[in-house]
Amino acid sequence: MPGVDRRPLLIRGGRVLDPGRGLDRIGDLLIEEGVVRGVLSRGTPPPPGCRLLDASGMVVAPGFIDLHCHLREPGFEEKETIETGTRAAARGGFTTVCAMANTEPAIDNAELVQFVLRRGRETGGVRVLTLGAVTRGRKGETLAEMEEMAASGTVGFSDDGSPVGDARVMRNALAYSRRLGLPIVQHAEDAALTSGAAMHEGWVATRLGLKGWPAAAEDSVVARDIALVRLTGGRLHVAHVSTRGTVDLLRRAKEEGLPVTGEVTPHHLALTHEAVLGRSWDGAEGVMYDTNAKVNPPLRTQEECAALATAVKEGVIDAIATDHAPHTWQDKAVPFGEAAVGISGLETAAGLLLTLVSRGSLDLITVVERLTAGPARLLPERWRGLGTLKEGAPGDVVVLDLKREWTVRPEEFASKGKNTPLTGARFTGKVVATIVEGAVAYLDEGTKMEGA
Amino acid sequence: MTSRAGAGAQPVERPTTAWGHRNILDLDDFTPGEITSVLSTADTMREVLRRPVPKVPTLRGRTVVNLFLEPSTRTQSSFDRAAKALSADVLNLSASSTSVAKGESLIDTFRTLEALGADVVVLRHPQSGAPYLAAREVSAGVINGGDGWHAHPSQALVDIYTVQQHLGDVKGRRVVIVGDILHSRVARSNVWGFTALGATVVLCGPPTLLPIEVARAYEGRDVCVEEELDRAVEEADVVMALRLQRERQEQGLLTSVREYVRGYQVNDERLRRAKPEALLLHPGPVNQGIEVSAEASRGQRSLIEEQVRNGVAVRMALLYLLLRGEG
Repeated sequence: MPGVDRRPLLIRGGRVLDPGRGLDRIGDLLIEEGVVRGVLSRGTPPPPGCRLLDASGMVVAPGFIDLHCHLREPGFEEKETIETGTRAAARGGFTTVCAMANTEPAIDNAELVQFVLRRGRETGGVRVLTLGAVTRGRKGETLAEMEEMAASGTVGFSDDGSPVGDARVMRNALAYSRRLGLPIVQHAEDAALTSGAAMHEGWVATRLGLKGWPAAAEDSVVARDIALVRLTGGRLHVAHVSTRGTVDLLRRAKEEGLPVTGEVTPHHLALTHEAVLGRSWDGAEGVMYDTNAKVNPPLRTQEECAALATAVKEGVIDAIATDHAPHTWQDKAVPFGEAAVGISGLETAAGLLLTLVSRGSLDLITVVERLTAGPARLLPERWRGLGTLKEGAPGDVVVLDLKREWTVRPEEFASKGKNTPLTGARFTGKVVATIVEGAVAYLDEGTKMEGA
Repeated sequence: MTSRAGAGAQPVERPTTAWGHRNILDLDDFTPGEITSVLSTADTMREVLRRPVPKVPTLRGRTVVNLFLEPSTRTQSSFDRAAKALSADVLNLSASSTSVAKGESLIDTFRTLEALGADVVVLRHPQSGAPYLAAREVSAGVINGGDGWHAHPSQALVDIYTVQQHLGDVKGRRVVIVGDILHSRVARSNVWGFTALGATVVLCGPPTLLPIEVARAYEGRDVCVEEELDRAVEEADVVMALRLQRERQEQGLLTSVREYVRGYQVNDERLRRAKPEALLLHPGPVNQGIEVSAEASRGQRSLIEEQVRNGVAVRMALLYLLLRGEG
């Protein structure tokens, strides 16, 4: 992460939006010593030696927090490194990212947790947190040393990429989750129902002759896990929710008061299985059997998208997370059934979500909440001060131009992963500046900072 | 060389045809006119095949590569004969005779074939959609010789051609396809092909071997699903039985082969429910006594051997239509 920039920074004239506190007003945001000092009333003279960023007409919000991204280090540095992945995060408006544990070797012990955190401090463009694996080697068989990983600073446990399939292992993991106060982040997929599956089970799979991944394979695991939460008192966080069934289960679990939360990705909110036919978004250059639209869980139907959007609005879904999953060209330039799963999402997330806002599918305040205060609430106590602009909070800020129109060009990504079904897509709304502890992590070409 | 000289004296008549394809990947983008063009060109080719020297110089100097990355006897030998009857140079490659076994990617294999001068590559591949990937990466024409569960356009055109020879126009005809529809590329391409020409296609099989949301998948086409074979064959003009792979039982998709035979075997008794002149087709190879009874497969209505014979003429037509405008 970039070093703290202690010089004062005044972000002037923007609409300061801090949904966690219900703040929404025009003002000048002052950051000093890398920490938020507050929102000044208009016209207050800037402190001497102050850097100035003109944000008039823009939205100034807490830096985004991504609970779920794949930085691929160690082991898959050809796909991404902590350095390139966090530069991508900064371009996407994210100031904190949580790295997933499915590296090689898997992050399943304290030394590897410390390795990721250290690499994050040394090379990261933003703040890097990490999850640890639930089971040794992510094999789903025996629990990893969760206590030591927790002591080393892991923010949760996940075998993501694979589910914790065995109910007994999941029960025991949730028991430790209760004791450690950290969530088990479940990739909910009944592998017996999805073996060999390449995309959502529906009419597109029928037409293309691809094996389908039925929604029931997610719903059934979520239902089981909620029952295990009731049994153990552990905390469950459902990663990348993709079905209406999961939404219904989360809603009921929350009504019951169970410690169960969920996240959704921008692509599951916005895209459908028709992306595999090359029809993802206005302007996007898709092709038949588009491997860039191959992702796990798969893109589903318009009805599922609508149910997920409703769940985001109602707070049944707590956070929007990217599930950024970079891959090389070679990983995707193969027949659909053999292609790697995943979408490079850090650099398109904000644009896609703001375009949904501009079309009226989601509202701005909710989207910003689910990217800031929402995920912050799911982090350990130590990090709960993230995701807000209140005085004394880390000076993590994103500046958004809601009217800016732009086109997705993967060749311009900082991420090594150019694998997106949104190449050529036209978006309305863009990140123009990202600040981490007062230091500039990203500044759009057209945006200038005075006194820098 | 004598055969070439002899054949050269009688060139193929050029039919006036509607044709806009650089590749043949599936029949979903074929207009009725384009299908008719293939069928009428196949008539011409059949006439060539009946000559004393069944060969014409039409594609002399052109190279056709048969890249079969999954075992096949009929389709590959059919394309091989078709290309040779048109005097093309033919290269037959399998997984073991290419670098695919050494881990070479499909794209690299195609680039190598193109560098070697391939004008058309016929690709058989175990993965659905593989020919689309190949067609995007190379300028040689690509013919889908069967990809995964997805499509087998040349076989569907053979089936349509065979039916048309016996019934004339297929418009308004009821075509029943029975068996393992879920895993069948032949069924999928036949849905596009027959419905494009105005036929009704009925897909029939046990619930575990039927794809879902068929009406939406083939929106605008006259296709439906019927789980009861006795009902499906009522008034049928064509009954096509698909090969049942034994592994479906191991995968738990069948209660037993015995129950499958009872529910879904095409036999004389069931064919009697169809129209009197109804035809029996099977893309082969046949498991006699499983998906079709021995009597029915050898009976009067059976066109199974004729399908194989027509295969060469139809595939000649496809190679001709793909390559005639070039070079």
